[in-house]
Amino acid sequence: MYAFNYHRPASLADAAKLLGGASDGKFIAGGQTLLPTLKNRLASPSDLVDLTGIAELGGISASGGAVSIGAITKHAAVATSADVKKAIPALAKLAGGIGDPQVRNMGTCGGSVANNDPAADYPAAVVGLNATVHTNKRKIAADAFFTGLFETALEEGEIITKIEFPQPKRAGYEKFRNPASRYAMVGVFVAETANGIRVAVTGAGPCVFRHTEMEAALGKSFSPDALKGIKTDPAKMNSDIHGSGEYRAHLVGVVAKRAVQNALG
Amino acid sequence: MTISVTITVNGQQETRDVEPRTLLVQFLREHLQLTGTHVGCDTSQCGACVVHIDGKSVKSCTILAAQAQGAKVITIEGLAQDGKLHPMQEAFREHHALQCGFCTPGMIMSAVDLAQRNPNPSEETVRHELEGNLCRCTGYHNIVKAVMAGAQAMRG
Repeated sequence: MYAFNYHRPASLADAAKLLGGASDGKFIAGGQTLLPTLKNRLASPSDLVDLTGIAELGGISASGGAVSIGAITKHAAVATSADVKKAIPALAKLAGGIGDPQVRNMGTCGGSVANNDPAADYPAAVVGLNATVHTNKRKIAADAFFTGLFETALEEGEIITKIEFPQPKRAGYEKFRNPASRYAMVGVFVAETANGIRVAVTGAGPCVFRHTEMEAALGKSFSPDALKGIKTDPAKMNSDIHGSGEYRAHLVGVVAKRAVQNALG
Repeated sequence: MTISVTITVNGQQETRDVEPRTLLVQFLREHLQLTGTHVGCDTSQCGACVVHIDGKSVKSCTILAAQAQGAKVITIEGLAQDGKLHPMQEAFREHHALQCGFCTPGMIMSAVDLAQRNPNPSEETVRHELEGNLCRCTGYHNIVKAVMAGAQAMRG
């Protein structure tokens, strides 16, 4: 790692001020992606502003048909939360499948969403459940939040405060892990929401995306068989040493069927 | 530039002036000379560096010492009490759950956390929960036996 300055503010206002005053600052929460990046010298921020000392960014609350998860809530806390398990069991399952137990004890919901790694799990839940990302400045709808590879609608210095997941009628998440890294090669979140079916795919392409053909098919019949014959364009998939675009496109169909099966219970 | 970091390690409050980029594992090994915590892969995959922060297992190669400011950290050196091995350590010895021993400190720290959350884990649970710890010698078989026996000994 290159050297940097470290700050741990206790308020959102101080965090924004510290980042604004740094020549090239970055926020850090659990650091489970950022620290490996820094160790590989792929980034060299002048300052790290640690958000985990800001109490208002923590906690899980369920009310009014939605579950709100504070940005610095650890994956392990989401996975074991009675509120999450009751309202959106698929979300608890997703959080409990991220990394390994030690990573889940550090990694945070907000950090995962802000980073938008193409193989991250949380973006699939945010898009699949039509969640709302709350920041220190505004509210951003899921469909407008993830804009590309490691890119989001967040502006410089904008901090995610919480993510509000509406409770679906039913939902399921399934992922196919890379056998070595255990990252999702394909992950599919399927949800039947108040406004129809949503199918969000992570891992397969450069950024999480909605599979509208699958959504239409599941709208007619919510069953794994409804997805038979639906193709995914290999040209839009990632292609790397772990799998070709064709392979991933095929996996999207397989994993989506399993996700629907999960949603059916 | 250095910052002052205070961490309670194995019950003892330790304060050191360190560079902000100091990892928790460096703080433990290089500043406190607690070399029981190992660095294996240095990429948060192998789990040789697992310690407990406030009772929860974490990978100390992927945490800044500064992130553990004010926390209570337990390392492998903190498990034995009054010269007597922790039940999980004893189970690893009894079941020959190691060969070279490099992964063992992290394996045991993960196993203790696992047993605290699952007092009576099934073999499947143990294998699943040890996802973040790699052993290149044993094939895991005796490790799994030891963790189940250690969990049983811990619940008394």
